[in-house]
Amino acid sequence: MTSLAGLERLPREPHTGRVTQARVALSEWTKLRSLRSTRWSLLAAIVLTIGFPLLFAAITSSHWGSMSPHERADRHPLDIALAGVNVSQLAIAVLGALVITGEYSTGMIRASFSAVPKRLPVLWAKTGVFALVTFLLMLPSVLIAFFGSQAILARHHILQISFSHPGVARSVIGGAVYVVLVGIFALGIGALIRNTAGGIATFAGIFFVIPPLMNILPSSWNDAISPYLPSEAGRQLFSLTQDAHSLSPLWGGLLFAGYCAVVLTFAAVLLVRRDT
Amino acid sequence: MIEAQGLTKNYGDRVAVDDLSFTVQPGIVTGFLGPNGSGKSTTMRLILELDRPTAGDVTVNGKHYRDHAAPLHEVGALLEARSLHTGRSAYHHLLALAQTHGIGRRRVDELIDLVGLHDVAKKRAGQFSLGMGQRLGIASALLGDPATVMLDEPVNGLDPEGIHWMRTLLRGLAAEGRTVFVSSHLMSEMALTADHLIVIGRGRKIADMSTRDFLSQASGNVVHVRTSQQGELEAQLVGPDVAVKALELELLEVRGLTARQIGEAAARNQIVLYELTPQQASLEEAFMNLTREDVEFKSLQPEGATA
Repeated sequence: MTSLAGLERLPREPHTGRVTQARVALSEWTKLRSLRSTRWSLLAAIVLTIGFPLLFAAITSSHWGSMSPHERADRHPLDIALAGVNVSQLAIAVLGALVITGEYSTGMIRASFSAVPKRLPVLWAKTGVFALVTFLLMLPSVLIAFFGSQAILARHHILQISFSHPGVARSVIGGAVYVVLVGIFALGIGALIRNTAGGIATFAGIFFVIPPLMNILPSSWNDAISPYLPSEAGRQLFSLTQDAHSLSPLWGGLLFAGYCAVVLTFAAVLLVRRDT
Repeated sequence: MIEAQGLTKNYGDRVAVDDLSFTVQPGIVTGFLGPNGSGKSTTMRLILELDRPTAGDVTVNGKHYRDHAAPLHEVGALLEARSLHTGRSAYHHLLALAQTHGIGRRRVDELIDLVGLHDVAKKRAGQFSLGMGQRLGIASALLGDPATVMLDEPVNGLDPEGIHWMRTLLRGLAAEGRTVFVSSHLMSEMALTADHLIVIGRGRKIADMSTRDFLSQASGNVVHVRTSQQGELEAQLVGPDVAVKALELELLEVRGLTARQIGEAAARNQIVLYELTPQQASLEEAFMNLTREDVEFKSLQPEGATA
């Protein structure tokens, strides 16, 4: 047996074959689409984002006649349209963490860093590809959720709200942006912790455990701290109205994006320094 | 070409690699030999800069691995620990690696055929046997047509046919002028494949020489001599560094003299020899002698045994 028969020698021109950020991005796209966990997480996020609003709209519509005026006043069409975002963020966060921790748990990271020993292009490509894919799927999902739930609630004029009404388009699109940022945040945490369970637990701690704990603090402290937590700041992106202590959608969104940037920066610094 | 200079790696208090200097030359197969836990895999991770050295330096083809514009064209590596996502197919694993360097799908298909994974290329790698995993690892290593090929325990998990295939492959790669650096804890495997040996124990270099020199040095001039005039020959051979032992009737084992010296002594004294055979100590024996003090995990006596 001739060992290398049939194997083509590759050309060695100076500018072919070098690692570029675009090539690493293409590679990360291949990695992302070739795993089942990706398909299931994204499918779950879409189903949850669209399904919950349609379900709530149907229930609200059918029970409208038996609801008290107080109860009716409590129902806001935008809350119904974006109800899925609160749930689908978890699926996207898990996927975001898995994108990087999955490589550590399986050993794939050694192959990735052998191919791209400068390492940072891998982190940027993972973040970029994951954010783009998530956004391209979540944007139509929130739009379908909005128009779909509005169609189901068509009989109830008080629950109709126009997409061109001030703040509505921003809130609906903001819902998609919020979920994407949550995913990026989780990816950064995953890159820091390098362990799937640890990464998801840390994310859940920051997003779901710390915020309710703030209620134990004196309300003046709570009001001073809570608006600046990542989850609270980010949630302004898809809240139609802000209460007295909340940040504006713009500042809340920017602060949340800033948190993502900080986490990614720490992750980048450690990624280059740490042994694999 | 791989050049290491004073390479040292500590993990906490444990010294994994200790002031290691060596050069791996192109065109030959260099065996990297040492007991388990002697620092072979760590050294290879340091070469790929997956880990940072505590001290010292290592370059591949004249540069730090990280500074190469196209690393996969410089070094193709198979690491001992699995380096693939268990949920991804062999095809997509190779494709993702290839894409980082703009290497096309045709090359991926070629390699899948070369390592004989054609029928399972679309199956998830987590379902692969150890041998199939090794073959996929070889395919990833050769993806970039690298000038240097570095394989950590490549025959692990391969069946006899696979082991033969691997030997042929390694020799073929070296014959093409590539640098081939292969680790193993099995001396016999290396004797069949490697032209040059770098032996380490507890992270330190013990030997760095051609396989032939290693063998002859290790055998320590043992010669088997058959003659019916045992007593006469023995009397002629005695000397301060010579040991003669009768193994059976008419068969002597002589240590400390070459076959030539024994033959000449016999001729001078008209002693008839039926056989004069230099013995090569078994490789495993030579390796064990060399690394005896350096095996990290010796089996200890049970606590109560000495009390």
